[in-house]
Amino acid sequence: MAKSLGPVKRKFSPWTDPSAVPFIRFENITKRFGDFTAVDNLTLDIYEREFFSLLGPSGCGKTTLMRMLAGFEEPTEGRILLQGKDISGVPPYRRPTNMMFQSYALFPHMTVEKNIAFGLEQDNLPKGEIAARIQEMLKLVKLESFARRKPNQLSGGQRQRVALARSLAKRPKVLLLDEPLGALDKKLREETQFELMDIQTNLGLTFLIVTHDQEEAMTVSDRIAVMDRGVIMQVATPAEIYEAPNSRYVADFIGDINILEGTVSTTESALGAPGAVRIDCDGVAVAVEQECQAVKGDKVAFAIRPEKVRISPDQPADTSFNAVYGEVWDIGYLGDFSVFLVKMADGRIVRAAQANVSRLVDRPITFGDMVWLTWPLDAGLVLTR
Amino acid sequence: MASVSQTQAANTPNPARWLVVVVPYLWLLLFFAAPFLIIFKISLSDTAIAMPPYTPVFPGFGAIRDYISELDFENYLFLTEDPLYIKAYLSSLRIAVISTFLLLLIGYPMALAMARAPSSLRPTLVMLVILPFWTSFLIRVYAWIGILKPDGLLTLLLQTTGLLDPNEQIQIFRTDIAVFIGIVYSYLPFMVLPLYSALEKMDNTLLEAGSDLGCPPWKAFWKITFPLSLPGVIAGSMICFIPITGEFVIPDLLGGADTLMIGKTLWTEFFGNRDWPLASAVAVVLLIMLVVPIAIFQNQQKKVV
Repeated sequence: MAKSLGPVKRKFSPWTDPSAVPFIRFENITKRFGDFTAVDNLTLDIYEREFFSLLGPSGCGKTTLMRMLAGFEEPTEGRILLQGKDISGVPPYRRPTNMMFQSYALFPHMTVEKNIAFGLEQDNLPKGEIAARIQEMLKLVKLESFARRKPNQLSGGQRQRVALARSLAKRPKVLLLDEPLGALDKKLREETQFELMDIQTNLGLTFLIVTHDQEEAMTVSDRIAVMDRGVIMQVATPAEIYEAPNSRYVADFIGDINILEGTVSTTESALGAPGAVRIDCDGVAVAVEQECQAVKGDKVAFAIRPEKVRISPDQPADTSFNAVYGEVWDIGYLGDFSVFLVKMADGRIVRAAQANVSRLVDRPITFGDMVWLTWPLDAGLVLTR
Repeated sequence: MASVSQTQAANTPNPARWLVVVVPYLWLLLFFAAPFLIIFKISLSDTAIAMPPYTPVFPGFGAIRDYISELDFENYLFLTEDPLYIKAYLSSLRIAVISTFLLLLIGYPMALAMARAPSSLRPTLVMLVILPFWTSFLIRVYAWIGILKPDGLLTLLLQTTGLLDPNEQIQIFRTDIAVFIGIVYSYLPFMVLPLYSALEKMDNTLLEAGSDLGCPPWKAFWKITFPLSLPGVIAGSMICFIPITGEFVIPDLLGGADTLMIGKTLWTEFFGNRDWPLASAVAVVLLIMLVVPIAIFQNQQKKVV
């Protein structure tokens, strides 16, 4: 249903290969806590070496899903396959997964070294190998000089690195990261995101990350699963999720978007383009060049990202469709971007973002100005769900 | 943190703050230091058939030199000469060590179970631990006599359940076993509560992290739970060990003639023999013996903080 986004440039996309065998498979997983269904008949495949994100608001079941993979919770129904083997009933201490906890869960009575060594000691590795692995991990997270410190003598960022080193030390097949960067400030978070991606690529591991931060998921992931109330709404690459969300929920959850509810007035190609639809959004005529299953009379939503809306004080040549006239009601100046909130005569607000490409303190469009918002046929999309 | 508030206190001389510091020290001076000095002075005196039954009595400032010359350490010397006292000290320490160990053995699983109980249940469990305090300690120890005596409830219970021949009786009353039972019963809340507070604070995700890293639960207990509860173990052990060493009531009521404890010896010297100086010497030595573990305890606490 989604319009083609052009050829996929990335080399790594096993999910497009029908012969690829998934590394982790959640098969019809349901998890109930009493009356509450945390995960509802969910099926999901994750491939080897993938950086996969579970994204959703708190309470959507993403953490429960991860905890079931780690072995802290058992699914009520369904099964989890790791490399084709059912791992139900295998206790966490026998699973080849390691987890980086949201609270880091560092052992407060052990030094950084001892924390990293903990998992290795459980495997009864020879002393020399443990020492070598500790050094390797300390180097990886750049904490060589902090080996003898206790966790409470470290900063938040350093603790997060120790937690990462500890969870990587055993070279798990899958690394689970539960809101790993939540406690860090923005700058450190961004830095760490890129470091995580480097580590993941260099070590060739499969990462499963749980987050409610869509920016974080967009930055680090190969694919994202957007979850809501125990079900997956969409699984796709960050670009697909952003440019071609499959539902109002996903569109609204990821980034900023204008959503206008309307009715399909015609599916014929009034504009000569194949597969175009016209939607009547309470007086706003919209034409979208998109193949969709909607037929005349269907209630659908038209969605368009603010940065794809053009704003201009001049009336466009054709105002019969994809044109909105209104008053600049508010302006959000973000430095790199300005977001204009344009109020139509009936009170609905459409947002348009404009890159601030020139250095001007006074922008040509200001509060109270009457403006025209226009967009091309392929800028928006029709959401049927 | 502490040093900051100290410097602030030093920079701003606040009378109210000063008072806050002085009051507890005054209290200690009045009810600890002063009585201790009196006892210490008595311990250096000699017995006399008089009222008070010792000399010299403070005679006024003129005779202070004579007075001091009459004080000596002969009571302390006597403590080393008669093996009774050393035996009593050692026996007290033995009973205190064994009791503390038993208390840990019983109290730790209890505290752990309480800490792992659903959080809605925990206040009730804490209440149940404290509940015995609503009855006088002495009455509860007396109640144990009724249970432990040869024709008591324990014998009756074992006879009716058929575990004991109807002609036999349980012979533990007036033995060390009865003393251990009494001590463990009486001091259990003092062991459980500090252990519980240490275990309850523990973050459960630490155990999950341990398990995630390949550590099975039984090993995780010794590697994670126990080391993290050590402050509670030390606090509970000290709170029990120190008073048990000087315990008088339980060995007196439940113990036999051969149950030797320093508290009992002390009582006998004071009230039986009316040898106040010797009794004072016994008390002073006991105090010094107990100051050592307290010092260790304090030191540990500092390390933890």
